[in-house]
Amino acid sequence: MSEPNEHEHHIVSPMVYLTIVGALLVGTAVTVWASFIDMGPWNPVVALAIAVVKATLVVLFFMHVKYSTKLTKLTVISGIFVFLGLISMTLADYISRAWGRW
Amino acid sequence: MSDSTTTAHGALAESHHEHPPYQRHHFESVEQQFDTTNFAMWLFLLTEVMFFGGLFTAYLILRNWYYPAFVAGSHQLNIGWGTANTAVLITSSFTMAMAVWNAEMKRKGGLVLCLVLTFILGLGFLGIKTIEYHEKWEKHHIPGIRYSVKSFVNPASDPDIAQYGDKPLAPDMAAKTELYFFLYFAMTGMHALHMIIGIAILGYMIYRARNDAYTTGHVTFVENFGLYWHFVDIIWIFLFPLLYLISRHQ
Amino acid sequence: MSSAASTIINLPDQSTARIPKVNFLTKENGLLSWLLTGDHKRIATLYLISITFFFFIGGALAGLIRLELLTPQSDLMAADTYNKVFTMHGVIMVFFFLVPSVPATIGNFLIPLMVGAKDLALPKINLLSWYLYVVAGLMAIYTMASGGVDTGWTFTTPLSTHYLNTNVISTGLAIFVAGFSSIFTGLNFIVTIHKMRCPGMTWFRLPLFVWSNYAASILMVLGTPVLAITLVLVVLERTVHIGVFDPANGGDPLLFQHLFWFYSHPAVYIMILPGMGVISEVVSTFSRKRVFGYTAVAFSSVAIAVFGFFVWAHHMFIMGISNYAALVFSLLTMLVAVPSAIKIFNWAFTLYKGSITFETPMLYAFGFMGLFTIGGMTGVFLGATGTDIHLTETYFIVAHFHFVMVGGMLMAFLAGIHFWWPKWTGRMYPEKISQLAAVVTFIGFNLTFFPQFILGTLGMPRRYAAYPPEFQVLNVFSTAGASILGVGYLLPILYLTWSLKYGEIAGDNPWQATGLEWQIQSPPLTENFATIPIMDHEAYDYDWLERQHEKEVASVG
Repeated sequence: MSEPNEHEHHIVSPMVYLTIVGALLVGTAVTVWASFIDMGPWNPVVALAIAVVKATLVVLFFMHVKYSTKLTKLTVISGIFVFLGLISMTLADYISRAWGRW
Repeated sequence: MSDSTTTAHGALAESHHEHPPYQRHHFESVEQQFDTTNFAMWLFLLTEVMFFGGLFTAYLILRNWYYPAFVAGSHQLNIGWGTANTAVLITSSFTMAMAVWNAEMKRKGGLVLCLVLTFILGLGFLGIKTIEYHEKWEKHHIPGIRYSVKSFVNPASDPDIAQYGDKPLAPDMAAKTELYFFLYFAMTGMHALHMIIGIAILGYMIYRARNDAYTTGHVTFVENFGLYWHFVDIIWIFLFPLLYLISRHQ
Repeated sequence: MSSAASTIINLPDQSTARIPKVNFLTKENGLLSWLLTGDHKRIATLYLISITFFFFIGGALAGLIRLELLTPQSDLMAADTYNKVFTMHGVIMVFFFLVPSVPATIGNFLIPLMVGAKDLALPKINLLSWYLYVVAGLMAIYTMASGGVDTGWTFTTPLSTHYLNTNVISTGLAIFVAGFSSIFTGLNFIVTIHKMRCPGMTWFRLPLFVWSNYAASILMVLGTPVLAITLVLVVLERTVHIGVFDPANGGDPLLFQHLFWFYSHPAVYIMILPGMGVISEVVSTFSRKRVFGYTAVAFSSVAIAVFGFFVWAHHMFIMGISNYAALVFSLLTMLVAVPSAIKIFNWAFTLYKGSITFETPMLYAFGFMGLFTIGGMTGVFLGATGTDIHLTETYFIVAHFHFVMVGGMLMAFLAGIHFWWPKWTGRMYPEKISQLAAVVTFIGFNLTFFPQFILGTLGMPRRYAAYPPEFQVLNVFSTAGASILGVGYLLPILYLTWSLKYGEIAGDNPWQATGLEWQIQSPPLTENFATIPIMDHEAYDYDWLERQHEKEVASVG
């Protein structure tokens, strides 16, 4: 076999799932509530932060990444990395256009 | 090491070792098959991340440029429906995870129930989306096809957004709301397309699950589909605040 | 083993040698057994036929371009037609030839053999990948037959979205489908290389061809989807007029370019990395020496892939990106040249004190090393924003990318085809005529494209059907070279086809090469290995090979 058989077929318990879905629904409510509060420029930051937390919970527990091999974790991270590279470097161009010519 | 003398036998020289009927011949073991297909699904999800990534990039740039138009456009979305849809999808992720658990525990009844619940919730999501899209059609907010900026140059004429106290937008900024709605339809539409494909596969899985396909040890298909379904949920988790919650406090 | 010989070719006794009766080509018969196959070797063969077909269409279009450019006036065809010809040439060559060339043919054939597996991880996805390619190809042919497209292969907006009435949508959709073909191939490779290596096959015992294809596959999987969504946006812009790329509606044409080049720059590494993998194998075999600095070459492939993601805006220096962005992208472009250079140095050090022979694959490899170096260096010239402002959109760019793609990648592809032809078909190609073809190609190539560097520095713009008369002499040289190049590419088709029936029987290992693929019969069995091999030696271990020979001689005697 190419990789040592570390496939722990760790079966996640329904209680964990229940806790996570509860957290996700609470997170949704918090996001909506927070959007009605004027936090100036922090509104989108808070909204995205909550979304990132929710997504992380889904990835780690519903998608079992917490219990998976290093390869799976590396795969997820590399995807996020390239995605962030696309967004940040493109945005950097747009933002720095406003800085003028040197 | 294999060389030309052993190949003179032609077919497999060793005795045909025992393996479950669902193990494909190019795999050495069931574990390898599971690991491999699982990894393959993760890679496919990476391609989906990059696919949606292009739309998110377009969104970020245009929102930066035309923030007031995006605010006004976002106010046109019904936050009740949006929140309900988010809750529906999150719950469907829960039922899908439970489906995988039932398959792993070889509980056919539970598996079928959870798959059916996921299916129904998925349809519910699409149903709500249909209501929302229909609303947009009614209000002439379909970019490129049926579009009017009336609600934006004259917010007072639109009772749906009275609570926000929006100021009228200048005509050129009001025209940019069409870009917001384009992104709304492109992103939620692409998301809905992925939901439709997922629901179709769910239908197939329900049929197969009832025939014991996934409760005899071979949970790979259910588990890998679960990854796809959770991914579609994650996309929505980001779409919801980005499209629906742009400054509801104004 | 032949000593101090001018060739390393070691064929079995032709009077008694036979092609093995049971092999992947003869195992099953009938059209359906080919069209519904899961066997990676059959799929590779299907791909080889398909991409050769598209190569010749692209080549014919190139011939038309060069014919038009014989004279300064736009007299062979109208300027609009000329635009269509170079656009289709680019689209077909990039998406239907270069991107799938080595991975889908040689890679598909070899990766399972090289890692010691019975097939790729996902055989059905592999077959789907070929069908997607064929469908995309048919869509591209439809585009050409129904009037063509004239935007340039880069589909720059707002020209492609607002100012042209040609078949942008069908071309965009064709490339969309072809993109998924590419994604599925890359996905399959990554999964196979991670999960299907035979016992003992650690990462650092893999042939460098596998490392190169792995790096290219990462680019395919992560980059191509962005092209896909970009094409969707272009189609939507043309049909629904959403305005995302339209300045009049508040959109930004540069957004298209950012998204387009985010894929299309990694695409050039997708195109060249597998070719570099071929060169590693060929240089080692024909110098009888392990590749110098295996780890460096392996990691340089991955480095090219990683860095390659972050240099895309060097295609946009003059388009309106900010100076600060130009600075950052220029710097990163300089950095990405380093791993490529590392490979060239390591191949050179492999050659040093090796026992070099000049069979056809090696001739192509030498051609590659020289021409890719020139092409690569001119890329560094272009990466400097100051020079790029003058050289971009001129023939300098055209020469640069043809040097790396044709002088580099196409030569590597031909090197690979010749090198593995005996394994694939069981027969040798005719050596003398193939060496002649390689030399003709090299001469034709230089005559075609070197004048274009000069034309570019003199200021001749690209994508123009008509040009100032003072550029004619160099253009005539270029066209003359193109006709020689055409002969050089036609010859392999002829003699390779001939060799299928009349070529000498190759035996298992005519090159006396290391590598798992050379230890099995030619052509291989459908299941590749009767028993999964156990890898117990390092890559390019010629001592191990020597010991194998001694064992065989001892046991037969």
